Amino acid sequence: MDIFGIPTQALFGQLLIGLINGSFYALLSLGLAVIFGLLNIINFTHGAQYMLGAFVAYLLLNKLGIGYWWALLLAPIIVGVTGVVIERLMLSKLYKLDHLYGLLLTFGLALIIQGVFRNEYGSAGQPYPMPEQLSGGRNLGFMFLPNYRAWVIVASLVICLGTWYVIEKTKLGAYLRAATENPQLVQAFGINVPRMITLTYGFGVGLAGLAGVMAAPIYQVSPQMGADLIIVVFAVVVIGGMGSIMGAIITGFGLGIIEGLTKVFYPEASNTVIFIIMAIVLLIRPAGLFGTQK
Amino acid sequence: MTGNAPGLPIARATGATRHQQIAFLVMAAFFILAPAVIYPVFLMKLMCFALFACAFNLLIGYVGLLSFGHAMFFGMAGYATAHSAKVWGFTPELAILFGTASASVLGVLVGLLAIRRLGIYFAMITLALAQMVFFFCLQAPFTGGEDGIQAVPRGKLFGLFDLSDAKAMYPFVLAIFLGGFLLIYRIVHSPFGQVLKAIRENESRAVSLGYDVDRYKLLAFVLSATLAGLAGGTKSLVFQLASLTDVHWTMSGEVVLMSLVGGLGTIFGPVVGAAVIITMQNYLAQLGAWVTVVQGIVFVVCVLAFRRGIIGEIAHAIKKPL
Repeated sequence: MDIFGIPTQALFGQLLIGLINGSFYALLSLGLAVIFGLLNIINFTHGAQYMLGAFVAYLLLNKLGIGYWWALLLAPIIVGVTGVVIERLMLSKLYKLDHLYGLLLTFGLALIIQGVFRNEYGSAGQPYPMPEQLSGGRNLGFMFLPNYRAWVIVASLVICLGTWYVIEKTKLGAYLRAATENPQLVQAFGINVPRMITLTYGFGVGLAGLAGVMAAPIYQVSPQMGADLIIVVFAVVVIGGMGSIMGAIITGFGLGIIEGLTKVFYPEASNTVIFIIMAIVLLIRPAGLFGTQK
Repeated sequence: MTGNAPGLPIARATGATRHQQIAFLVMAAFFILAPAVIYPVFLMKLMCFALFACAFNLLIGYVGLLSFGHAMFFGMAGYATAHSAKVWGFTPELAILFGTASASVLGVLVGLLAIRRLGIYFAMITLALAQMVFFFCLQAPFTGGEDGIQAVPRGKLFGLFDLSDAKAMYPFVLAIFLGGFLLIYRIVHSPFGQVLKAIRENESRAVSLGYDVDRYKLLAFVLSATLAGLAGGTKSLVFQLASLTDVHWTMSGEVVLMSLVGGLGTIFGPVVGAAVIITMQNYLAQLGAWVTVVQGIVFVVCVLAFRRGIIGEIAHAIKKPL
């Protein structure tokens, strides 16, 4: 069976890879958007923290014998705690300055983290085994669906929508949105805004760590795994605009799928298609698809 | 960033100019005399990066736009220069001219997109577009992929002076560096430069005064890209090599670091910053990936505790712009 002269097997295969990549784009751009909303900085360390999540899972397994499922819980917490330390010790000193200093600081931190891991583990990737419960796959008739990949897509959708629900529909989220609008006023109502900022950074970074753990069995665990990815995620964020949480989720998945389809129809452009879309969006709608121009 | 209001009183401006003239003479004298004691190729590398950093600083220091993708102009001009010199047999001055012009064209294209957003978005957009240029260079046939363009002939300047001799190459590079530097100095101190500073300080006010802000920003962006291209083209002739390293985002990060260490928004800062970073890389080269870690630490320290940079601190101490 062919669609536009492409075998369906190949088409759906790439579509699946696109959805997987889209899951990670969505998780990472969601974290960036949450952090940006409250801290007004772009967290350049995000890619390094994603890598850190994968390495924590790898080290938990190889040093302590702790498997995937515990890593899924522990790694985001560990990465989140390092984020809290970074926020308290460094980022909090920069809030009164030009936002670009936050970008420069987190860029420097990313260089440090990635450099340290490259010294320790080299540039080659380390394998991370798939959890037993999710090995194998099922035949859907038109394609073969590996269980683990299905799990990644479902899990990231649940996490993304859960985060959206908490921020948009709960009281905690209301505080958060209010603090984004006007931190002084919210502080005056007796809410500890600095602590909220710290925890928000920890949460956003924890999301990156979680994405790293989920990525570990699919991609190899390597010090550079987040470095190039973060640039693509930046483009995703520019396309979506950082105003809306749902926007980040939809653009993340959508662009993953578009990238996958490009691999089928015009493989030469698969590396650059997201950047080309970014250029087009900037021409037509500079604020981004879901953003509002300030 | 120096928080100086645009339009300094004329008396103070002339006084400041004398300080800067002395500093310029010291710098020129250093580069003229240094080859007697320091390896000339190292000095030529330094001058290329110093010019690159000055071009970058033109944008961040005087328009307030942080480009995180300047490697694309530097590297692209390197490829264009190397290709035209090696394959088309251009003489070195024409090859560099061609490389610089291609950086200008790229600058117009990228600038038109990037100046649509400000601040953090501007940084992310330039970074993303630079990554696109990187992938283009990785795949395009004329760049030689992972190998780059090797054994680029330096050729004969104006068909007369053989540049394969370092004694001829050094003055050539020195002339380009000092010429580029003076051009930037001129731009910054021209009425055009004053408008740029006005935009940096308060964009809405500049608009209300009747300036077409976008046109000024685009022109500044293209000038910065062009000068970065001049530096990149010259570097490819110095090392007789154009490679992917020069278009990679790490190179964009390095030029940010150079300007930051030397002092954002100072005339001489990027030169000093480039000297510090290039020297550091030279001595730490055998440490491998630790160079990245050290650079990261320098970044963090500069942002947290040393935001004025070396020249910025000196200028602050003597209360004169440098």
